[in-house]
Amino acid sequence: MAAYGRGSLVSARDEVLRRVREATASATATPPARESREPRPGDVDRFAERVADYKAVVERCGPDEVEARIAAALDGAVAVVPDGLGYAVPGSVPDDGLSATDLDGIDAVVTLARVGVAETGTIVLDHGPGQGRRALSLVPDLHVCVVRADQVVADVPDAVASLDPARPLTWISGPSATSDIELDRVEGVHGPRTLHVLVVG
Amino acid sequence: MTGATFVGMPAFPEAARAALADSQLRHNLAHATGTIRGKRARVVGELDDWEELRTRAAGVKDAALADLETHLLTLEERLTAAGATVHWARDAAEASAVVAQVARAHEVDEVVKVKSMATVEIGLNEALAAEGIAAWETDLAELIVQLGDDLPSHILVPAIHRNRAEIRQIFVDKMAAAGRPAPDDLTEVPSELANAARLHLREKFLRAKVGVSGANFAVAETGTLVVVESEGNGRMCLTLPEVLVSVVGIEKVVPTWAELDTFLQVLPRSSTGERMNPYTSTWSGVTPGDGPQEVHVVLVDNGRTRALADEVGRQALRCIRCSACLNVCPVYERTGGHAYGSVYPGPIGAILNPLLKGVGVDEQVDSLPYASSLCGACYEVCPVKIDIPSVLVDLRAQVVDAHRGGRPSVEAAAMKGAGQTFASSRRLGLAQRLTGLGTGLARRLGLAPAWSSARDLPTAPPESFRAWWRRTDGGRS
Amino acid sequence: MRVALMVTCLGDTLFPEVGKAVVRLLSRLGVEVDFPEGQTCCGQPMVNSGYLDEAVPAVRAFAAAFEGYDAVVAPSGSCAGCARHQHGLVARRADDPALAEAVATLGSRTYELSEFLVDVLGVTDVGASFPHSVTYHPTCHSLRMLGVGDRPLSLLREVRGIDLRELPGEAECCGFGGTFAVKNADTSVAMGADKARHVRETGAEVLVAGDSSCLMHIGGLLRRQRGGVRTMHLAEVLAATEGASPGASPEPDRLPA
Ligand code: SF4
Repeated sequence: MAAYGRGSLVSARDEVLRRVREATASATATPPARESREPRPGDVDRFAERVADYKAVVERCGPDEVEARIAAALDGAVAVVPDGLGYAVPGSVPDDGLSATDLDGIDAVVTLARVGVAETGTIVLDHGPGQGRRALSLVPDLHVCVVRADQVVADVPDAVASLDPARPLTWISGPSATSDIELDRVEGVHGPRTLHVLVVG
Repeated sequence: MTGATFVGMPAFPEAARAALADSQLRHNLAHATGTIRGKRARVVGELDDWEELRTRAAGVKDAALADLETHLLTLEERLTAAGATVHWARDAAEASAVVAQVARAHEVDEVVKVKSMATVEIGLNEALAAEGIAAWETDLAELIVQLGDDLPSHILVPAIHRNRAEIRQIFVDKMAAAGRPAPDDLTEVPSELANAARLHLREKFLRAKVGVSGANFAVAETGTLVVVESEGNGRMCLTLPEVLVSVVGIEKVVPTWAELDTFLQVLPRSSTGERMNPYTSTWSGVTPGDGPQEVHVVLVDNGRTRALADEVGRQALRCIRCSACLNVCPVYERTGGHAYGSVYPGPIGAILNPLLKGVGVDEQVDSLPYASSLCGACYEVCPVKIDIPSVLVDLRAQVVDAHRGGRPSVEAAAMKGAGQTFASSRRLGLAQRLTGLGTGLARRLGLAPAWSSARDLPTAPPESFRAWWRRTDGGRS
Repeated sequence: MRVALMVTCLGDTLFPEVGKAVVRLLSRLGVEVDFPEGQTCCGQPMVNSGYLDEAVPAVRAFAAAFEGYDAVVAPSGSCAGCARHQHGLVARRADDPALAEAVATLGSRTYELSEFLVDVLGVTDVGASFPHSVTYHPTCHSLRMLGVGDRPLSLLREVRGIDLRELPGEAECCGFGGTFAVKNADTSVAMGADKARHVRETGAEVLVAGDSSCLMHIGGLLRRQRGGVRTMHLAEVLAATEGASPGASPEPDRLPA
């Protein structure tokens, strides 16, 4: 892949950097100090409550109930499942390089998560094992997401601190929504219109 | 349109007059801003460290801007190492040209777009259209604006000036020409309108080869871009196409990953009034087997370095485009965004446009720093503590200074006269006896009609305070 | 403690009753107040219009007039705010370090009336009596530039006989904004009209605020609307005592339409 415009735009780079240098010649500011802290376990009740505030479906269950709860949540819908899910989902489709159009023909997806955030009711996927590539948890209309109670951290700083920025991350807070009509929130636009969260343990 | 300002727009007072006469617009705005103000206040009130977060957010941004060259170089290096191609653009035309070049290289005649202020600022859609490339806006409000052949009027919700009935009509009239038509039985219920957008755009998401985005934040240390959104249209554009081009203003830099947390806390609460927005995506270059395998980042100046060089105005580059300042602004609430003639309306627009473009050149731009009563409501809510009133006052001085030297205007002459009158109490006392200073000044400025069209002017009392003080020895005799 | 009254150019010229009320009120509280005659204007009309050079003479006059006082009291949040937050700007513009130092000192000693009463004198009950229904508009510069908070309301609550009514949307700007009122007259009037409507909704007889400029604007609209609501400065209400008729701003019927 030849770098687009690199030849002709190299002077743009130099010029922008020169302007930046000149503009900031007299500027000084020190970044605010931060105390580093270990991620603290989050309050699982609060997490469940706040996920539900976004009009997501939230259920608590024990480790042996997960497969049954997944089946109930799917209610016969066909789901795509990523490698490494670790739960049996009868009738599911594996992700073997499905196209976006293929995924559009599938009702649901079941994934794990990387972190839950109690304060904001947010689930973060880092798209590692059991979570699938990003398109998987996006195109199907129902997302069933399994979050272990021990994955729940207290707040956003704890979540940021425990995540690896080299991986693609998707922060999910409820089903897709919009406030674009009269600034009133309506659930259900392009992303999954139903988010079903199973909090395990 | 090649800058932040729409061409051919009248200066603010004139544009505002037209907007004020539109009662439907005023109703839509009052309703929408009222709703969001309440929501914001609730979720901000939930955090007991809100003020601390604001201070921290401002501090992180200030430090990032002070050492911007270093951070930009780090960002470029990390992005390149992660498989992205980094481009630089001095201005709108260069930035648009890069995107067009990428699209042409892939022989596409359409791209899908995530809502991005930077791409509207640089006039990307128009530039691509000139090359025969359709740029589909996928954010609901942007879609409404695009289908309605309209201009954006709010940072977060560009179609805030439209109510549900108007939106339904636009969908019914215009969707068919752009792709899948609106459902036959479409009503004005918001969830149905949202569903119509879902159906209309789905086919575009599924077939698009090139996606275009902006970024809310660019983390230098890790080469990570961040897009904060609600609908999932962002995720679609960032994930499904083979090629992704992100147009990023150079001020979006956050030096370290750890510092991102502050912004992920203050932005959604200030913006949509939620604890967290539905979706935030972060990515660092190319991820093998997941998402676009060709990733471009265009770092855009387009006036930012001019703003950066302004010691007072530089703080405007801290802006995270939350739009809280618009939602609380009593001027914005009544005039709407179009009166500002720019993709950046409201209080932040009143400072950002002159800072990006410079003053003393364009009458419309010069009118913006005066489009404020200096009430300070914007400063009070701004999550990065931009002292908008102070920057407004400083820009007014710049506007006045830019016009010094020529033939003085009526206003300049009157201000000079007032300045001399206030130089000594003797002169002031004389002026009071002669004319009644306030009404006299108003008359000399030709302002009395503007005041009196709707407001009674007070009549000057027979005796000024200082005359009374002298006559009565401060009331003692 | 040497206390000076900063009467403001508007108060001096158009609303002298406000200054007189401050003198009466403070003397009742045992504070002998001076009126340094060298004072003119804080310079805000020029500063906020962008005419910094033109503001220099006013700021010099301010610094000279109030030099040596322990406290400067202004019946205006806006003018006190200018002295505290904008004079430094003007001094820098004049490139005059001595002036900058003088205004920095003076700025820290300048108080809006309610601040002076509550913070310096430590009173909230000033012994006033005002048996009328009143609604209070917190002006933007009092509220947000100075941060006077609920000091004015805490003073009003102690006034005998007062019927204090909450103003809907109180914290929203009335639309005066200095030259904004004429440069953007349409927007200013639209904001003021909403404020006036809220005032009338309270059913109060009197609208009270701490800035004569905002009162002039809202009052001008109220009178044009024949709303039958009087405007009074906070100082006038606090100065009112039993039997003494308050020096209210002009009655609606006394003004030309
Ligand atoms: S200026 Fe502040 S409040 Fe306004 S959009 Fe920017 S960050 Fe938000």
